[in-house]
Amino acid sequence: MQTKKIINDGNRAVDEMLEGILAAHPRHLRSADGSPRSIIARDGPRPGKVGLVIGGGSGHEPTFLGFVGKGLADAAAIGNVFASPPPDPILECAKAVSGGAGVLFMYGNYAGDVMNFDMAAEMAAMDDIEVRTVLTTDDVASAPQDQRQKRRGVAGNFFIFKAAGAACDLMLSLDEVERIARKANDHTFTMGVALSPCSLPQTRRPNFEIGADEMEIGMGIHGEPGIARGKLRTADEITDEMLDKILAEMAPARGDKVAVLVNSLGSTPLMELYIMNRRVKQRLDDIGVSIHATWVGNYCTSLEMAGASVTLFHLDEELQTMLDHPCDCAMFRAG
Amino acid sequence: MTIDAADLKRMFDAIAVAIEADRDRLCQLDGVIGDADHGIAMALGFGAVRDALASLDLAAIEPTALLNTAAKSFLNAVGASSGPLYATAFMRAAAAVKGKATLADADFIALFQAMAQGIKDRGKAEPGEKTMVDAWQPAAEAAAAASIAGKTLAESLDAALAAAESGAEATKEMIAAKGRSSRLGERSLGHMDPGAASAVTVIDAISKSLS
Repeated sequence: MQTKKIINDGNRAVDEMLEGILAAHPRHLRSADGSPRSIIARDGPRPGKVGLVIGGGSGHEPTFLGFVGKGLADAAAIGNVFASPPPDPILECAKAVSGGAGVLFMYGNYAGDVMNFDMAAEMAAMDDIEVRTVLTTDDVASAPQDQRQKRRGVAGNFFIFKAAGAACDLMLSLDEVERIARKANDHTFTMGVALSPCSLPQTRRPNFEIGADEMEIGMGIHGEPGIARGKLRTADEITDEMLDKILAEMAPARGDKVAVLVNSLGSTPLMELYIMNRRVKQRLDDIGVSIHATWVGNYCTSLEMAGASVTLFHLDEELQTMLDHPCDCAMFRAG
Repeated sequence: MTIDAADLKRMFDAIAVAIEADRDRLCQLDGVIGDADHGIAMALGFGAVRDALASLDLAAIEPTALLNTAAKSFLNAVGASSGPLYATAFMRAAAAVKGKATLADADFIALFQAMAQGIKDRGKAEPGEKTMVDAWQPAAEAAAAASIAGKTLAESLDAALAAAESGAEATKEMIAAKGRSSRLGERSLGHMDPGAASAVTVIDAISKSLS
């Protein structure tokens, strides 16, 4: 049986969504001329500023295009559902945001995204645009700690993009922006849990099977299997399992500061996210780690998947400055 | 036999039909160890190739230009992993037969080998890593060996298909080392790689179309 979706045509879902987004946010967003899958910030790109291009597959909204705006990303290249964009829309983003100081590509570490963004970077180089790339690898469940470079980028993108976007907005050099982006990635730790699958608009079939009383710890944001499947447990137990793994790697000292993101994978409601966040606060209080800021809601989704992720962003003075820097995007504002 | 642009267009049309028919199975294979979209991406890509080739003047175009059109249309329709991989395959195929108005059997074997090498280079994958390379590389080697042994193109492509099938079957016993499923570790065991499965479908359509 097909899943229920409010769509017209599965093959047109991404383009029709983009039409709706541009209709809702004309003050923030436009599409590049002749490249409807290249979404550009109206206010942001300017001469002398490093341009920040993010992107990836659709189905994670508000990631990626919701974080396009002044003080954050200058452009997002939009792919099909769960599929990297091809090189052309990425290249058009790079051209649209290049202010002569170089362009930084940032996206989650997935094989398809790497191939397409690398091809776009080669094409941009032929247009004399210097491109650097920083991959996000915040999902602690996706590879062992000593293989961080193999990990997936998931909801922690939010903090990593935010820090890099602030560095760009502060007119720092490409070297500095790249350094801060890498540091932000190294300081970001995410773990997720999935309770029920999502379904692609084109197939409208659940993309994995999971028992009525089961959960999958460590599942990726495309429904990639995680590290373990087990019986559904309580919010406190689930949150504890995530935090045990995150904190073991982050190894914060008493008095350290973090920012917290409790993110819904799509259909898990705010009520459950706030129950989890209550436990996050208790655990951090217990070990003397202070919470500088908290975000709770849909920040990086997986269509209608049920589940949630917890991200901690381990702050130092520099990263806190970047996090607090104002930004004004279609679906997110700060400062 | 001699292969011209019209034959290549018929080959791509045959691949599009075969992949479309196989779409849901490929999505299901991908759902087990990946993100369930492989059949969609492949169907989109070869559908775009079919549409792009339909507008070409086949009497006036050389194989290289046709293959480059296929590469560009596949890439821009798909993105994903299969976009760069198959686009690179077609661009390498185009380069392998540059300047030829028609292709002899040996030219097509060279084209086929160039496709496999392009996929391998773009994906930086080696055999044994549970990817489409595990079907493409043995297929290309088998086709070349058969051709050198004096077999006809049809016989050589039959050998390629058989090698691709056993290569895809062998991915069930492999632990994924590349791509989305590589984070699964041993949980990827027992499942056929969807990229290797679709490679078999593509090679089967090529073989039937040119026999």
